[in-house]
Parts: sequence; structure tokens; C-alpha cells
Amino acid sequence: MRSQTQFWHDFFQKMMPGGRFFIASDCICSGWLANFTIQKGDIVEATQATPVKYDMEVVRWFTIAAAIYAVVGTLIGVWIASELAWPFLNFDIPELTFGRLRPLHTNAVIFAFGGCVLMATGFYMVQRTGATRLWSNKLAWFTFWGWNLIIVLAVITLPLGLTEGKEYAELIWPIDILIAVVWLSFGLNHIMTVAIRKTTHIYVSNWFTMGMIVMITYLHVVNSLAIPVSLTNSYSIYSGVQDAMIQWWWGHNAVGFYLTGGFLGIMYYFVPKQTGRPVFSYRLSVLHFWALTFGYVWLGAHHLQYTALPDWTGSLGAAVSLAMIIPSWGGAMNGMMTISGAWDKLRTDYILRFLVVSLAFYAMSTFEGPVMSIKTVNALSHYTDWTIGHVHSGALGWMAMVSYGAIYHMIKKLWNTEMYSDSLVNVHFWLATIGTVIYIVAMWVSGIMQGLMWRDYDEFGTLTHTFVESVSEMHPYYAMRAIGGMVFNLGTWIALYNIVMTVRQPRASVNAVPAKA
Amino acid sequence: MSDHDKIYSTKLQDNTERSTVLMFVLTALALTVGGLVEIVPLFYLPNTGMSGGDGTYNGTAHKDKSGKTISMDKIVWNPATSAHKTLDDWQPGDGVRPYKALELAGRAVYIREGCYLCHSQMIRPFRDEKDRYGHYSIAEESMYDHTFQWGSKRTGPDLARVGGKYSDEWHIQHLRHPRDIVPESVMPNYFWLENKPVNVAETVQTLKVMTMMPFNPVPKSIYTEAYIKDAPAQLTGKNDLQALIAYLQGLGNHIKFEEGVNYRD
Repeated sequence: MRSQTQFWHDFFQKMMPGGRFFIASDCICSGWLANFTIQKGDIVEATQATPVKYDMEVVRWFTIAAAIYAVVGTLIGVWIASELAWPFLNFDIPELTFGRLRPLHTNAVIFAFGGCVLMATGFYMVQRTGATRLWSNKLAWFTFWGWNLIIVLAVITLPLGLTEGKEYAELIWPIDILIAVVWLSFGLNHIMTVAIRKTTHIYVSNWFTMGMIVMITYLHVVNSLAIPVSLTNSYSIYSGVQDAMIQWWWGHNAVGFYLTGGFLGIMYYFVPKQTGRPVFSYRLSVLHFWALTFGYVWLGAHHLQYTALPDWTGSLGAAVSLAMIIPSWGGAMNGMMTISGAWDKLRTDYILRFLVVSLAFYAMSTFEGPVMSIKTVNALSHYTDWTIGHVHSGALGWMAMVSYGAIYHMIKKLWNTEMYSDSLVNVHFWLATIGTVIYIVAMWVSGIMQGLMWRDYDEFGTLTHTFVESVSEMHPYYAMRAIGGMVFNLGTWIALYNIVMTVRQPRASVNAVPAKA
Repeated sequence: MSDHDKIYSTKLQDNTERSTVLMFVLTALALTVGGLVEIVPLFYLPNTGMSGGDGTYNGTAHKDKSGKTISMDKIVWNPATSAHKTLDDWQPGDGVRPYKALELAGRAVYIREGCYLCHSQMIRPFRDEKDRYGHYSIAEESMYDHTFQWGSKRTGPDLARVGGKYSDEWHIQHLRHPRDIVPESVMPNYFWLENKPVNVAETVQTLKVMTMMPFNPVPKSIYTEAYIKDAPAQLTGKNDLQALIAYLQGLGNHIKFEEGVNYRD
């Protein structure tokens, strides 16, 4: 009788045939900058002519997992967005109420989808740019199963209302400990693989990934410190002002180093790879990295303007936020200019479209964010849907788009094949773009409208609107937002279908074929 | 490929790019600065609601309109100096106090149901917020809020001063079926909270844990052994809806604010 394990083994054997496979190192070292070269003469030969063996099976699994979690995470998002437009949709089931599912949505998108993308690309890039296999393939598998166990536990605990009550850090303390262990296993493996690289220099993508690894470790540990009252509940050791600052230090830097830094690492590898051109400016990438690494950390305080936090802290956060426009746009330009001279490829290369639009959204979000941190703007925008719109222009427009650019690129390389359907990639691209635009436009309008309604006074000097008037006025925009989300979600289904069909299509023995050098 | 010793940036940058250790260390250092500058001072500067544990608050000194210092005992309830000596005797205006046992159980429900995702508890110093919600919030008011509940979004209204604004009966009806009271509301129905008995053991443990916090613990003179021992009697037979309402009714009426005084400075 076949055991469950055997079933899954066979299932994945069919879906993802082969173990490690040979592929020539096509690290972009020679193109990126002249001094990024292979250290020893014999290795130079090896990377150019003979294949280097990589540990890519774990990358394949992370990639497929990411494509699945993107569907799930955005689907939950669509669901809770719909609940705000049509409240009966929770069917009076506690586990389906907005307050319980919203953390599941954010965790699914950030940590399940985003995390799997970061780990897939992290392990992929660090091998290819270092012309070396992983420091420990076994540890990488521990990371894979550990991370997925965390996701499963999140899916179970969050709808049950087991939460720490901190935004984007809701998971209960035993899971927090597991996160720390699994995250460090990823970090150690990545950094040790950087250490055993065969190249002289560390490629820029790996700087960003390293920065993310270190910062998320700081943030997760400090922000999660709590005293348990039971196996499933605990309370932060900090309170009030201190807890607020630490929470938003976590909150904004999860954005800054995980959703931005980590994905900038992806951008710096996959944009040049997909265009076949080296990164536009080496110096700009140096500036981009160090300015963000030093500066981004300061931004969290801008989430607490006009609160009981001392004034100077929020102002300092806003000042540094404004300064961050410069390196952020420098980085966006660096990515865009990499494509310069190959713009014609956008006509035929749908994967490149994802990458270009992601850079456009990155530039837009990194302008919008600093603007929203200015106190006068923040006075209007804080507590409104504008914030939600801003987050989604980053998460959908930048993070998900650059992820899909990388995923499609990797799928082709990892399975040594072409996409099952290029036109479906194009359909996905347009659904993702249109869905994102519908979403953020709805939230701009509703957010600014809320802000204006709340502060409006009539000719007699009394408040013009009751609070609930602002709620009822939001209905059309909440419906529009749900539709935008649905359009985006439809795209993720198409991507998943296309990816599954791609990896299942018959091809010449993948194990034996060295890829195009 | 032969000019790999050529430096395209600075010597330091080039060395850093060649060394995993140097890259790791410099990155790890650069990442610490902002957090240290913004977080650490909040543990010792005035006006951050940080109790020294001996009735002092890092030099926080609120001044009334004539320039005289308002005693911190007026801001944060101190049973030693107050006319009301126990949590049950405490009256609104006596100053910030920790939560009573049933309120603490209700607060756990508030967190569990993710109320903070749609309701803020932080009033900003704007005219419209004053007219709509009341006096702006100050740091001391959330000093006992381990896991702060300021929130970041107002899909529903701010709740920082909702205590006493509506009757218990209003809250019961509204929490059960919000749209019976406010037809335009998008809040979920919470009638099922009535079927859930309060988690007595966890609430008692929470009372104990709150006195053990490294920062802003509840003084043992307030959560006395007798109070903790008596807590199960206050909690038994209550349901989550009653606990939640007790919590909401206790929000925001602790301090008697004087008109025209700057409490944030």
C-alpha cells in the first residue's frame, strides 16, 4: 500500500522532475562591472564552458509554493475587501470576520508569498552570482519545510483569534520562536554561501539580501519580546509610547528591508538578466544600498505623527523619509536605465514588462510614502484608506510585479524550458496592472475623501459629517477596491495555471542538458 | 576580465565587497543607528509615559495655566495619595489606572477579534478630533497598555474616549447587531460573544504577568495578592460580550483634563 508520503513524493516527482541539475553559470559578473570577476583562472574556465552544479531543487519548490501562496493571499484579501463593502459576507462565522482574516491576508501575502519568493530568489541568486552551490542543501530544505510549517500554523491560528495584536507581527509566541529559528537557518545558509563564493566580489543583490536577513532578525526579536500568559497568548513587555515606536520600527522596516530591500536584490539580478544588459550604474547601486541600509531604519516614526509619541521622533522620521526619495529614485533609475537601449524588447518580452512596471510602481510608492510622512499631509492621510492604497501600490505594483518577473524568469531556467503560454503571461501582466491601478485609485479617492469629511466644518462651526456618513460614502470605493483585487487575483490564477502547465510539459531530459552557456 | 583589481569605487567599498565578514559587520552596524536614536530615548525622556516605578515619570512635568506643576498623582492614579485606595473605589478623574479584572478579559477579546484593525485609540490634537472624540490622548493614558492599541486605521471611529459615551444597553445591542443601531455600519455582528464564557484562568494569569513586566509594570500595591485572589469571583459567570463592554466603558475617562493646558509638550 502506498503511504501518504509516497504519494506526495510521486506527485512532486511528476511535477518537478529531477534532482539537482547541471546548468552553466551565467552569472552576470562580467557584465555588471568590470572588476566583478572570477578569482581563479580555472574557475573562469569552469563558469564559461563547463557546467557548475547548483542546488536548485529547493529553489523550484519555493518558486511553486510562492505561486500558490500568491493566489491564496490575494484571494483572502479580496474576501475581506468584499466584507467591508458587503458586511454579510462573513456569514456570522467568527473565523471569517474581518478582524481575524485581515492578519491572515497580510501574513499570507507578506510572509507566505513574499517569503517564498525571497527564499527562492535568494538561494537562486546567491549560487549563480557566486558560482557555487549552497553551503548546505540540507539546511535549505529545513528552511523550506520550516517556513511552510509556519505558514500552515498561521492559517490555523489566526482565524481562531490567536494573535499578539501587533500589526504584521500577529503570530503567537511559539510560532515567533519557530520563525526566528527558520529565518536564521535561511540567513546562515545565505551568508555562508556568500562566504564560499568563487568570485572575488559579492554581487549587489546579495548585499540587499544580507541587509534584509540582519534587519529582520533585529526587528523580529526586539518587537516580539513578550511574556506568555498561556501557550497561545502573551503580552508585549513594552507598553504605550515605547511599544508604539518599536511596533512601527518593525512595521516600517518589514516594508523597508523585507518588501523593499529583499525585492531590490531581486531587481538587481533579474532586470539585468532578463534584458541581457549589465546594471546601468555600479556607483548608483553602491549609493542605493548604503543610503537605504542606513536611512530606511529611521522611517518608522512617521507612522506616529501627532500621536502621544514625542514630536521630535515623528519629525525626525519624516525628515529622513523625505531624504529617502533620493536613493530610492536613484535605485529606480538604475533599474530603468538598465533597460535603456533595449526598450524594444518590451514589445515581445512579457516578463520584462512585469519588471519595468514594478520599477515604475517602486518609484511612485517611494515618492508617495515620503509625501505622506510630511506632517500636514499625514494629518489628512493618517487613519484613512490612503494608507491602505499606498501599501498596495507597493505590495501589488512593486513587490508582486517584480516577483512575477523573477518567477517567470526562474521557471524557464529551473526547468530548462519555455513558458507553456507566453500570451498568458501577457494576460496576467495586464490583469495585474489594471487590478493594481483600480485598487489604488479607489483607495486614493476614499482615503482623501475620508480625511476631508472628518475635518469638515459647516458655516455654523460644527462638524459637517457624522462619522458614519464617511462610512456609507465609502461603499462604492470599497466595492471598486474589491473588484480591483479580484482582477489582480484572477491574474495570479492564470499565472499558477501557466506555471503548472510549464513545468509539466514534456521536454528533453532536463538532468543531462547543460543550459545555454 | 583581467582588470579585476581595478577599483571602481573607494578602497573601503571595494574591500567590503570582497569580504563577507566586512560586508556583514558594516551592514549590521549601519542598520542599528536609526533604531537606537529613535527608540532608546523614549525609555528615559520626559513625556513618554515611562514610570520610574517610584511615582516618578522621567521628569515629566505638566504645568497648569498659571505655570504651576500639576502633580503626577493627578495624571496617574496613585492609591497612596488618592482618596480612593483600591481599584474598585477608583473614580473617573482620579488618574490613569490599570484595568480591572473583567476589563482585562475584555481587552483580550478586543485584541483577539482584531478590533484595533478598524478602530484607533489615539486622538490627535486637532479641532475636529476634539469635537468628535474628546481631548487628545497623552502618553500616560496608554502606559499600562502592554501591547498598545493605538491602531492605524479608522474604518470605524476612534475609541480612546468611548468610555461612558453610550449606555451598556446601547453597547449590547450594537455589538450584537451593529446595523440594528447604525444601518450604514460595516462592522461584523458579534452576538456570538455572549455564548463564550470569559477565560478565567488566562485572565488571572494576565493580572499576574502585568505586575512582572520589565517596563511599566502594574504596581503590586494595585494588583495586590488579595485583588488577584478575588479576581475569579469577579470573572466567573461573565461572558466575552460583558467583558468587552466593561473594557470599552473604562476607556478614556481616567484623567480630568484642564482646559488650555498643554499636556504633550
